[in-house]
Amino acid sequence: MSHAHAASAEDHHPPGLAHHFESYEQQKESSFLGMWAFLAQELMFFGGLFTCYIIYRSMHGDAFLLGSAELDWRIGAFNTAVLLGSSFTMVVAVWAAQIGKPKAIFWGLIGTIVLGGVFLGVKVIEYASKYEHHLIPGLNFEWTGPPASGIEIFFALYFAMTGMHALHMIIGMVIMLFMLKPALNGHWTPQNHNFVEGFGLYWHFVDIVWIFLFPFLYLLNTGAAAH
Amino acid sequence: MSTATATASNGVGPTGAEPTIPKEHYLNASHGLKSWLLTTDHKRIGILYLVSITFFFALGGIYATLIRLELLTPGGDLVSPDTYNRMFTMHGIMMIFFFLLPSIPGTLGNFLIPLMIGAKDVAFPKLNLASWYMYMAGAGLSLGAMMLGGVDTGWTFYTPFSSVYSNSHVLLVAVGIFINGFSSIFTGINFMVTIHRMRAPGLTWFKLPLFIWSHYATSLIMVLGTPVLAITLLLVGMERAFGIGIFDPAMGGDPVLFQHLFWFYSHPAVYIMILPSMGVISELISAFARKPVFGYKFVAFASLGIAVIGFLVWGHHMFLSSQSVYASLVFSFLTMLVAVPSAVKVFNWLATLWQGSIAYTTPLYYALGFIGLFTVGGLTGVMLGTLGFDIHVHDTYFVVAHFHYVMVGGAIMGYLGGLHYWWPKIFGRMYSEFWSSLSALMIFVGFNLTFFPQFILGYLGMPRRYHVYPDEFQVLHVLSTAGASVLAVGFAMPAFYLGWSMVFGKVAGKNPWGVYGLEWQTTSPPPLHNFEFIPQVEGEIYDYGAHAAPEPVGANAPESVGSTA
Repeated sequence: MSHAHAASAEDHHPPGLAHHFESYEQQKESSFLGMWAFLAQELMFFGGLFTCYIIYRSMHGDAFLLGSAELDWRIGAFNTAVLLGSSFTMVVAVWAAQIGKPKAIFWGLIGTIVLGGVFLGVKVIEYASKYEHHLIPGLNFEWTGPPASGIEIFFALYFAMTGMHALHMIIGMVIMLFMLKPALNGHWTPQNHNFVEGFGLYWHFVDIVWIFLFPFLYLLNTGAAAH
Repeated sequence: MSTATATASNGVGPTGAEPTIPKEHYLNASHGLKSWLLTTDHKRIGILYLVSITFFFALGGIYATLIRLELLTPGGDLVSPDTYNRMFTMHGIMMIFFFLLPSIPGTLGNFLIPLMIGAKDVAFPKLNLASWYMYMAGAGLSLGAMMLGGVDTGWTFYTPFSSVYSNSHVLLVAVGIFINGFSSIFTGINFMVTIHRMRAPGLTWFKLPLFIWSHYATSLIMVLGTPVLAITLLLVGMERAFGIGIFDPAMGGDPVLFQHLFWFYSHPAVYIMILPSMGVISELISAFARKPVFGYKFVAFASLGIAVIGFLVWGHHMFLSSQSVYASLVFSFLTMLVAVPSAVKVFNWLATLWQGSIAYTTPLYYALGFIGLFTVGGLTGVMLGTLGFDIHVHDTYFVVAHFHYVMVGGAIMGYLGGLHYWWPKIFGRMYSEFWSSLSALMIFVGFNLTFFPQFILGYLGMPRRYHVYPDEFQVLHVLSTAGASVLAVGFAMPAFYLGWSMVFGKVAGKNPWGVYGLEWQTTSPPPLHNFEFIPQVEGEIYDYGAHAAPEPVGANAPESVGSTA
C-alpha cells in the first residue's frame, strides 16, 4: 500500500469529473457500460411482450392476419420514416456534442422532439380510429365472426406493445426538453458529453423496437388490406 | 498484498495500544435526517437498506407466526380461510420481494463492493440512492395494500385468478412489485459497472474476492430477469384495470404463458437470493479457516454457471401445468445440471475447511449452518426436479420445506453470518460473542424443528396453502410450530445485542478478525471516501497460504482478549 498518494485524488478534481472517478476515461467507460446494461434490461422488457406475440401468433395465426388487415400499413410506413428521421437528428445532436457546437446540439434535439411529436400525433389519430371501429379490448371491442377472441388478443398486444413503445418515446422527449438549456449553455464539451451520447443510444433503441413492431403488427397481410 | 505492505497497513499504532474509533468517519461526516435521506454514499445507502429490510423481515415474520399459530390445531379456529390465504400471500410477498431479494445486495453488497475493490463509491451513486427510493415506493404501495386487506393469490399471482377473479388488492401490489423491480435493476447495473470499471490498480478479475464474483453473477440475473417480471405484472395489471385479457382463456389468452413468464424471472430470482449468500460463505470460510478458498476459479465460475443455467430451468415449476412432457424432460435434466455448480461450491468450502486453522466464531457458525442446511435444501431440490417424484409431492409441504431450507437455511444464514462478520467494519464495535453464538444456535435448532417435520408432512400428502388438515398430521404441525417459536426468539435476539453493541460494544479496530481483503485495511467505520490512500494490489487477495496471516488488530488482538485466531 502506498501512502504517498494520500488524499491526492480528492483535492483538485477537474470540472465535470465526478468525485469517485479517477479520470474522464473511466467516467466515460462507466457511463456507456451502464447504458448498455440498461438497454439489455430494456431488451428483456420488450422481449416479454414479443414472446407473448410469438406464442399467440402461432396459436391464432388466421386471426392475426385479419387483425393486421385492420391496421393501415401506409400510416405505419409514414411513422417509420418519421422515426428514422428522428434518429438522424439525434445523431446530429451527438455529433455536435463531440465537436463542441452547442447550438447544433440544441437544434438536433429540437428536431428529434418535433419528429417524435409527429410520430405520437399520428399514433393518437390511429388509436382514435380504433376506438371508432370498436377495436379496443376491454373498452368497446366488438367483432362478428369466428376468430373474435384471437383478434381481441391481437389488439390487446397491439395496444400493449405500441403503448409501451410510445411511453418510452414520451419519457425520452421529456428528458430531451430538460437537455435543451444545458445544451445551449455549453454544458457538454467534446471532453465530457457522456449524457448526450448515452441518451442517443436510448433513442436509437426505441427506434429499433419500432422497426420490429412495424412488420410484426402492420405487414402480416397487406394484400388483404381492403381500405 | 505482500506481507510487508499488509503488515504495515494493518498496524494502527504501537503494538498493544487500545484500538480507537477514528475521529471522522462516514457515520459522523454529516448530521441530520436530510444527510441520510439524500446521501449518495454507498455505505449510508447500505444502512438505509438495512433498516428498511429489517422492518419488512419483522412484518413477514409476524405473518409467519400467525400462520404457524393457525396450524397448531387441525381445525380452522384462528382465522377464516380467506384471511389465511391473505396471510400466506403477504408473508411470501414481504419476505421475497421486500426482504430476501434486496437483503444481501442492498446492505452488504452496497456497503462492501466499493470497499472490497478499493473504489470511492459505486459507479452511479445517485442511481444507487434512486434504487432505495424505488424499493421504498414499491414497499410502501404493498404496505398500503396490506392495510386495505392484502392479497389472496399467493405470491405467484397465477392467472386468471389474479387477473379476473380475486377480490383483493392485486393491482396495488403488482404496481408495487413493478416499481420495486427497478430498485433491483438499478442495483444490478450499478454493481456490474462498478466491478468492471472501478477496481483498484492491480486488482485483476482472478484476484477479486469471491463475494464480488457472486454479486457479479447476481447482477446479471437482476438486469436480465427482473424486466421480464416487470412486463408480466404490468400485463396482469392492465388485464385487471382495463380488461384487455392477454392471459384470460375466455378471450383466447393462455394462463400457462403467464406461468412461463413469471417463472422465467422467479426461478432465477431464487439465485438472486442464494448467490450473494454463497459469496458471503466463501469469505467466512476462508477467513476462519485461515486458508485461501480451495479451487478459487471453480468457485468463481460456479457462480456464473448457476446464473446462466438458472435461467434455463424455470419449466420445473410447471410439470403439472399441461406443459409438454418432452419440455418437462429437458427442464428436469437442466434442473439437475444446476446442482453441479452448487455442489462444486459446497465441496470446495469443505476442502477449504480441511486442515485449516479453524477459529470458532459466530460468523463461522452461520457458515457451517449454511453448508448443512443448503445441502439439504439443494438435494431435495434435485428430488423435486425428478419428474415422477414431483408428481407425488407437487404443491405439498415437501416443496414448502425445500424452499425454506434454501431461503432461510441458505440465504438468511448467509445474510446473518455476513452481517455479524462485517458488523465491526460497519459500526466499528464488536457485539457479544456469547449472545450471538446463542442466537445462531437457536436459529439452527429452531429452523430444523420448524421445517424438517414439513418434509414428512408433505411426503405424507399434506398440501400447501390449506388452513385445515386431518387430525393425524397434528403432531408434526405442533412440532413445526414449536420450532417456529424458538426460531422467532433466535431471529429477535440480534436486534437487541447488535443494537447494544453499537453504543457499548468493545471498539473493534480496523481488522478485528485478522484477515485479508481491502475492506479490512481502512479504519472501522471507514472514512467518507473509504480510503485515506489509493489502494494498490500486489500479490493475492487471499494470501493465507503464502504468508502468515495478519495478526488481528483491535478487539480480538491477542493482548486484548486472548487468542481467538
